[in-house]
Order: sequence, then structure tokens, then C-alpha cells
Amino acid sequence: MLKIGSLSFQSRLLLGTGKYPSYEIQKAAVEISEAEILTFAVRRMNIFEPSQPNFLEQLDTTKYTLLPNTAGAKTAAEAVRIAKLAKASGLCDMIKVEVIGCDKTLLPDPVETLKATEELVKEGFIVLPYTSDDVVLARKLQEAGCHAVMPGASPIGSGQGIINPVNLRFIIEQATVPVIVDAGIGSPADAAFAMELGADGVLLNTAVSAAKDPVKMAKAMSLAIEAGLLGFEAGRMEKKRYATASSPKEGMSIG
Amino acid sequence: MKVLLNGESIQLAEEIVTVADLLTHYEIQEKVVVVEINGEILTRVEHQSTRLADKDRIEIVHFVGGG
Repeated sequence: MLKIGSLSFQSRLLLGTGKYPSYEIQKAAVEISEAEILTFAVRRMNIFEPSQPNFLEQLDTTKYTLLPNTAGAKTAAEAVRIAKLAKASGLCDMIKVEVIGCDKTLLPDPVETLKATEELVKEGFIVLPYTSDDVVLARKLQEAGCHAVMPGASPIGSGQGIINPVNLRFIIEQATVPVIVDAGIGSPADAAFAMELGADGVLLNTAVSAAKDPVKMAKAMSLAIEAGLLGFEAGRMEKKRYATASSPKEGMSIG
Repeated sequence: MKVLLNGESIQLAEEIVTVADLLTHYEIQEKVVVVEINGEILTRVEHQSTRLADKDRIEIVHFVGGG
């Protein structure tokens, strides 16, 4: 069970809703993933073409928890505004704080992310900041009262996987709130690895939406996260430098 | 009256008086939208009671796919 603030979830996969080849594929991918939390962005509506389809309209919003992000914000003030806009929809109390500090790497601005988190916690939001894999920053976000920390595995949409497992483990080991590895996951192995490191969940988007078969990949991610969690709970064996035979040395019928 | 609607200067018809009228005019009254006027975010119940004024800066936003 994944607990974020006052909410509980069976699934530990948080799924993004951007860049799918079609709404049909997206719908099937969301269903098969068994994700309960879906992320969205807040944008100006094209009111001059109101007939444009919107994925949210095709979704039974009572079945999912919406996690809007503050993507597009470059300052804490912008992030807080986007969060308030999202909340005014009446559909959600959760917010993924995403304050980008660098256009090329899309890495978060740590100072503005912390400021926005502090403000939104005060405003009563359930706050999940997307952060770099910095243990000190993760601790400060916790102290600010965030409800989960979401360190990136590698740059957003890069699919490079977990490039600094040591830092992620540091964050996980000191965490007092759930740790959700967000951004950079490319394959089911990456998602399983995140869970094996002890993460409480994984947030991904492009790894599914840009797969050749997004529906199959959504299923693969769901299974990988479950497998990784079981592996973590089971406790992996110690690594050894040399081989140790699995079969007994005694009673061999040769020689 | 003339307003700035999602960044575009628009001349509104006289019968559009409230935010609810505006949403109906653009046929988005049933959709999940959030309206902000001059930096003030409105709740859904305020759409009916909020009157528009000349030179209002109106933002209408919604949820789109994102990660």
C-alpha cells in the first residue's frame, strides 16, 4: 500500500498522460497499467476550437486520483499559481511541484522548488515535489512538510534510467515520506531497479508513451514495479567476488 | 466590451455579461475548465455571479496530457 498524505493506493506506478500516439492506445495503456494516479499539465484552453478532444473527458475521474503538475513554471510564484488553478477545478488536492531551472536539461530549480513546496503545504495541498537526486534537498523538502519526494532517475524524457543509484539510496534511507522515482525511467529494468533500491513508487510517462507498443509496455512496467518491490522486501543476497557452487560437492557419481 | 482572452484581444457580444455566459458562448460550459480574471482564480460556483468588465484579462485553462 502506497500512502501519500491522507490517501492510499494499491498501485505504485504513477503514470503520465503526455505524448501517446492516440487516445485509444492511451486509454488501453492506462487501464492495463493499473495505475491509480495520473499526472496532467495545466494549459490555456484553445477556446476557439472547443471540439478538440481531451483525454480527461474520456476518463472516469472517480476511478483515478489526478496529479496535476506545475510544468511550465520557472519560479515558485508561477508554480503556486498553476497549483491553485488546478485545485480550482475541484478535481484534485494533489500537486506535483515542477519548477524547471534549465531548459536544456530540464533539471529542477532547487531553491524555487523548495519555496513553492513550503507555500503549497501552507495552502493545504498534498505536495509532491519533483527534485534532483540531492539528499540534502530531499531532507529540506521533507522538513517543509511535503507528502512525498520525487527525485529524478535521469533527465526528463531521456530514458537513461537510474544514473546515480547511490544518491537515490541515500534519499530513500533518510526518508520520512514516500520516495517516488520520477523522470528518466526508460525500461522495465529501470523501474524494477528503482523499487529494488527501496523506492515507494515510480512515476513515468515517456517510457510507456514512446514505446513501440505502449499498452504492452504499460503492463511490463506494472509487473516490473511489483517484481522490484517483492525483490526489495525479500532482501537480495550479498554479492561475492568469486563463485559459490549451488550444487553439493559430496556424493558425485564421477571419479 | 473588449477583453483579453487567453492572450487575444476579443470584442465580446453585449449579451455576454457573466463568466458563465462567456463559457456558454464558447460552448465549454460542460467542460472541466478553470477561469482566472485579472489574476483572481474563480471557483465553479463563482462563474454565474462574476460579471465581466471592459479590459478584463481572462485566462481559461484546462488539463492536458503531461508527465
